[in-house]
Amino acid sequence: MTNNNPLPPKERMKIPRQRMPEQASAERRVNFAEVNLGLSAALAHQEALRCLHCKSHHCFTGCPVGVKVKDFIELVLAGDFLGAAAKIREDNVLPAVTGRVCPQEEQCEGCCVLGKNGEPLAIGYLERFVADYERQSGRVGLPPRAPLTGKRVAVIGSGPAGLSAAGDLVQRGHEVTVFEALHELGGVLIYGIPEFRLPKDIVRQEVENLTRMGVEFRTNVVVGRTVTVDELLGERGYHAVFIATGAGLPVFLNIPGEHLCGVYSANEFLTRVNLMKANQFPAYDQPIYDCRGKDVAVIGGGNTALDAVRTAVRLGAKTASIAYRRSEVEMPARVEEVKHAREEGVQFVMLTNPTEFLGDDRGWLTGMKCQQMELGAPDKSGRRRPVPRAGSDFVMPVQVAVVAIGNQGNPLVQSATPDLRTNPLGYIEADPDCLKTSKRAVFAGGDIVTGGATVILAMGAGRRAAQAIHDYLSHGTW
Amino acid sequence: MYRIIEARFLAPEVKLFRLEAPDIARKQQAGQFVIVRVHDHGERIPLTIAASDATTVTLIVQGIGKTTRLLNTLEAGDAVRDLVGPLGKPSEIHYYGTAVVIGGGVGTAIAYPTAKALKYAGNRVIAILGARTRDLLILEAEMREFCDEVRVTTDDGSYGVKGLVTDQLEALVNSPTPPDFVLAIGPIPMMRAVAEVTRAPGIQTVVSLNPIMVDGTGMCGGCRVVVDGRSQFACVDGPEFDAHQVDFKILSARNAMYRAAEQQALADLNQHPPELHRCRLADAQPGAVTPP
Ligand SMILES: Cc1cc2nc3c(=O)[nH]c(=O)nc-3n(C[C@H](O)[C@H](O)[C@H](O)COP(=O)(O)OP(=O)(O)OC[C@H]3O[C@@H](n4cnc5c(N)ncnc54)[C@H](O)[C@@H]3O)c2cc1C
Ligand SMILES: Cc1cc2nc3c(=O)[nH]c(=O)nc-3n(C[C@H](O)[C@H](O)[C@H](O)COP(=O)(O)OP(=O)(O)OC[C@H]3O[C@@H](n4cnc5c(N)ncnc54)[C@H](O)[C@@H]3O)c2cc1C
Ligand code: SF4
Ligand code: SF4
Ligand code: FES
Repeated sequence: MTNNNPLPPKERMKIPRQRMPEQASAERRVNFAEVNLGLSAALAHQEALRCLHCKSHHCFTGCPVGVKVKDFIELVLAGDFLGAAAKIREDNVLPAVTGRVCPQEEQCEGCCVLGKNGEPLAIGYLERFVADYERQSGRVGLPPRAPLTGKRVAVIGSGPAGLSAAGDLVQRGHEVTVFEALHELGGVLIYGIPEFRLPKDIVRQEVENLTRMGVEFRTNVVVGRTVTVDELLGERGYHAVFIATGAGLPVFLNIPGEHLCGVYSANEFLTRVNLMKANQFPAYDQPIYDCRGKDVAVIGGGNTALDAVRTAVRLGAKTASIAYRRSEVEMPARVEEVKHAREEGVQFVMLTNPTEFLGDDRGWLTGMKCQQMELGAPDKSGRRRPVPRAGSDFVMPVQVAVVAIGNQGNPLVQSATPDLRTNPLGYIEADPDCLKTSKRAVFAGGDIVTGGATVILAMGAGRRAAQAIHDYLSHGTW
Repeated sequence: MYRIIEARFLAPEVKLFRLEAPDIARKQQAGQFVIVRVHDHGERIPLTIAASDATTVTLIVQGIGKTTRLLNTLEAGDAVRDLVGPLGKPSEIHYYGTAVVIGGGVGTAIAYPTAKALKYAGNRVIAILGARTRDLLILEAEMREFCDEVRVTTDDGSYGVKGLVTDQLEALVNSPTPPDFVLAIGPIPMMRAVAEVTRAPGIQTVVSLNPIMVDGTGMCGGCRVVVDGRSQFACVDGPEFDAHQVDFKILSARNAMYRAAEQQALADLNQHPPELHRCRLADAQPGAVTPP
């Protein structure tokens, strides 16, 4: 591809990284609208000018699905935004989502050479920009569908893994039905990640695109209960099954008082707001505990914890804190989320580990007994292990606590499919390349195989599964 | 959309619905429930499947708050927005000998399919049905069809024996042939009282718990109950548990968690009659609404 950049490399490096326009923190604390407003075409062009068009294109290797970053940036520079979006879609079918939620600093941008001496190219912002441009233009270039093969595939779960597999399979001419347990499609993109980071209309639009491509969606079907995998492969006439049920089983701390009113799992807290719209109660019927004027603590340090605490801010909490047992550098949450949270007034109480929830005689949470931690030797994950400091107990007054320390695999499908091999944590065993499970014609991918990971990794798994399923359906050999 | 084939009141505020849901009907076993969302701004609530045939499931709903009252305004020909199931573990059905099935209020509807299954398994089944007053008693005739004995109690003595279901249970427990198994479903205080009656004589007793649920698939943990000192998710580990191990105090406290919001929602509903919602459902299903 030709280089559309008129500037010599030295000039390019003088341009500062463009800033993402965003809602002012005082304003966004009281609404659920998206925080980042998106680049204008002018800002996008200015940012794209910074790209060095490297020969070794590191950015490409940093992206888990191999988005051709350099090529799409070229198209942005040429003003061909639709072309740029189509270029991304070759490898990534949800660019408006990943442009917003990928941990770019560890992936594409983490590998950008500009980052060595300055700030990396804002690849995520540009990806989001072209995807939004494409969506707003109403001219999403849907890929053509191959002639029908007569083969039918059942996809279980409509998160990013399921959606991307469905898109690829339908393109190859297979008939695809996606079965989803909830009443809305999108998985964590709908019930977990809040509106202020990922507007739900974007997810709905992507689902709509897949419907137009020919994917059939069936909500309110809990596989393992409403129908089993064996029935799908038997009387229901599917030739292959892809299990993409995510890691939706909340882990609790298992400390005294966890049953108190006011103690939530992050899944419940976020689902009530995102899926059920409890923030709009009583216009929507599902309530959430009224956080106005309350002290809210969220336990954990990942994206889920940050989403929960920023949701608490928007629900009117008097104070909203993150309690994390390590220090801030170990927090797995994205840098941008931590920055946004801090601007919104979230307090970070580090090296703090709750040991007991305290309640009143009516069974309501009043406080959280915690111990202070210090960092010891590194553990298996390479992070320094937190160890309690003797005699450091203190009580944090809170009326709402949200436990966001992780999830495990939901066992519903596995328990109804005895010949499906799982590991001790309850995740399904699948070949990392072809995603085959121990059961013929059954593939699995995304968080149900890897444990809680990222949107883009789940999508990558979905695409690899689609390829493997296509091969299997074409040759019939397992 | 899931169509209502039949809808009729069994008692004031207690309505029976038959809904078209072939996938759920085919799979349903005694003790399982569905999650229902009545309309597109609605909450998700659990309701037990009282019976099923080839293509329909039967629900029996007591109107107590906004969602159940709204549901109870629907008629045959209307539809509910979402219906998912069957959820929860099926009841464990064994031959015990004599099984006593206690239904308090709408709990009778929840106990009905399990009572029937216990009878099929060869048990001698004695039903004790309790209600505040005669009008509120449901499913008596249906229970009499297969139970070996049916005892009815009302709080005010307007029908059956005046008193509580536990009076009848105590009499049975102290009789020369005490029951081998007890299933109790009803208000929390009733289930707790039953557990106390059977605890000392060590009669195996099962209760079906009704914590607040959201997804019903084990995803949120909101339905957690404390049984034998451990946290369990009622929607996947239950809803039936060993009555002698359940911490009823925690269950009562947790069920009151949204009381203020529930009362507000009900007050709003009473101010804005539900016709609005009816129309929206009708729009989505032109011609499907029969006039009330
Ligand atoms: C709050 C939160 C914030 C996050 N933030 C980020 C972020 O910023 N960036 C990032 O990259 N990643 C983020 N993640 C992680 C990311 O969302 C997940 O890794 C990703 O969604 C996994 O995709 P999946 O398709 O494997 O599963 P999921 O998205 O979990 O989807 C699984 C779907 O399967 C359905 N299902 C489950 N069981 C059944 C069944 N038996 N029958 C039918 N359907 C079933 C579920 O209802 C669900 O819809 C976040 C996660 C959470 C919870
Ligand atoms: C497994 C199970 C089976 C059930 N089966 C039946 C049945 O067959 N027939 C029947 O009439 N009722 C049944 N219930 C109870 C029924 O779900 C509640 O009465 C209903 O949710 C109340 O909703 P509401 O909006 O009308 O009342 P609200 O005003 O919201 O609440 C009234 C009471 O219902 C409880 N409740 C509220 N929301 C929920 C929720 N999402 N999940 C569970 N409980 C809630 C609260 O504790 C509150 O005390 C069952 C409950 C469970 C858990
Ligand atoms: S998909 Fe994610 S990692 Fe890949 S280029 Fe886009 S933003 Fe970067
Ligand atoms: S590494 Fe950075 S500068 Fe080089 S091509 Fe990729 S995005 Fe452009
Ligand atoms: S209702 Fe959510 S886990 Fe049981």
